[in-house]
Amino acid sequence: MTMAMLWQVLHILLIVALAPLVTGWVRLVKSRLNGRCGPSPLQPYRDLFRLLQKESVVAHSASWVFRAAPYITFAAIWLAACAVPTFTLNMALVPAADLIAVVALLGLARFWTALAGMDVGTSFGGLGSSREMLIASLAEPAMLMVTFSLSLLSGSTSPARIMMFVLSGNIGLSVSLGLALVALIMVALAETGRIPIDNPATHLELTMVHEAMLLEYSGRHLAMMDMAAMVRLLLFLALIGGVFLPFGIGLPGGGPAQAAVGLAAFLARTFALASLMAVFETSIAKMRVFRYADFLGGALLLGLLATIFHYVSEAV
Amino acid sequence: MLSHYSYDIAHLIGATVLMAGFALLYQRRLQAVLNTFAFQALALAAAAGWQAHVQNAPHLWVTAGIALVFKAILVPFALHWLVKELGIHRAVETALSIGWTMIVGVALVALSIMLVLPVTANAAALTRESLALAMSVVLLGLLMMITRHNAVTQVVGFMALENGLILAAVSAKGMPLVVEISVAFSVLVAMTLFGIFFFRIRERFDSLDLQYLETHRGDR
Repeated sequence: MTMAMLWQVLHILLIVALAPLVTGWVRLVKSRLNGRCGPSPLQPYRDLFRLLQKESVVAHSASWVFRAAPYITFAAIWLAACAVPTFTLNMALVPAADLIAVVALLGLARFWTALAGMDVGTSFGGLGSSREMLIASLAEPAMLMVTFSLSLLSGSTSPARIMMFVLSGNIGLSVSLGLALVALIMVALAETGRIPIDNPATHLELTMVHEAMLLEYSGRHLAMMDMAAMVRLLLFLALIGGVFLPFGIGLPGGGPAQAAVGLAAFLARTFALASLMAVFETSIAKMRVFRYADFLGGALLLGLLATIFHYVSEAV
Repeated sequence: MLSHYSYDIAHLIGATVLMAGFALLYQRRLQAVLNTFAFQALALAAAAGWQAHVQNAPHLWVTAGIALVFKAILVPFALHWLVKELGIHRAVETALSIGWTMIVGVALVALSIMLVLPVTANAAALTRESLALAMSVVLLGLLMMITRHNAVTQVVGFMALENGLILAAVSAKGMPLVVEISVAFSVLVAMTLFGIFFFRIRERFDSLDLQYLETHRGDR
């Protein structure tokens, strides 16, 4: 039990320590693919440190919502990340963790970010919030559908149980799992605000969604919001990597050696997935806002198909 | 264990063909539709090749070769050439919005599963699932033919439908090669006829939008 507590604490710290590096890595790979030299992958750490040193400027018209939102957003996403195992399944919070709770916490963070975007009353913030809610209303059903098909397959909504089930090997190469993977990737692109849904590197007023809501933030508030976005990216990479490629992850009852192997495997698959994402983002263009419904509706339908095919293979 | 995996992989390739069917419905550009169709034919060739390997049936390699050469290379190439030659508008015009088409598509997949599973209760597991997948691909091809105005996309729908038929044929054991070859060649003949018709339709109506043809139907 004390071991599980220790791993849980290490997991929580690892998430925060690693998230900026993963984001920096994605930026670096994207720069290299574009033929640019690119900043060091450590640059997000420096940016966060710089922002934390600076004073926070708050608009006159801002209410307490504006000041509270960064902390609530970050806390909700961090808590959600605690529930998704990274290097070991032997963690204290694993029995309480639940994918539906993860979706709810992400929804809470999104809600507060959108509120903060509207709070100051600038037009860009409101526009960003309205678009964010449009994406959320499409992405959340798709995410829940994926959750349902995964839990139908494995008999549990706990991420750790799903990983254990995939690891046990009696699932084979299931079509449902493949469809759920594609659907989850599409949802993850929308939820983390990547191309083709949103461009994390733009401040062009016509296209930005997530950045539009953060325009009024500065100093430590902005650092919190940026950190929340980085942790969310790592959360989805850990979830996709953990559910579909859980090889090497430490099992309950395993010792430190197993956790070390799990850590190496986790780092390998996270950076591999991050590189793949950078390649994907470089190779396609951003989508028109009116096409979001088709894209995320497609993810929802794939989740539905995963469920249907689950019943087919049950019936056979 | 080996048979288990062979079954899984066949199922996975079949699902890839089905996903390509959905991707066909999702595309908005004519070029992308043709490329997706080529991908579907490629997946079909892989399905046939895998069945040839698993069933130890050398004649299925011929089917795989036909799918690869004709449907994944020749037909998309010819259609690309036609689109370029006729200067067709590059956007896909739909009779039904893309979102609704996808929803109808999923309903069709559910329908074909509900149809195939009870009917083939005594068949081998591999055949049953592949048949359900193949039937879905056929229905999606039909759906594409119904919901698209442009003649080229309708032809792609027809070809996708035929991909579903081949998928069904390769998964059923003991399908004679003659049948598959004759189907493949009839598709080629159809392709040629369609090509000629494209030119004729365009000559007469200055467009490949088949809505113009409807005013010339006898029963109105």
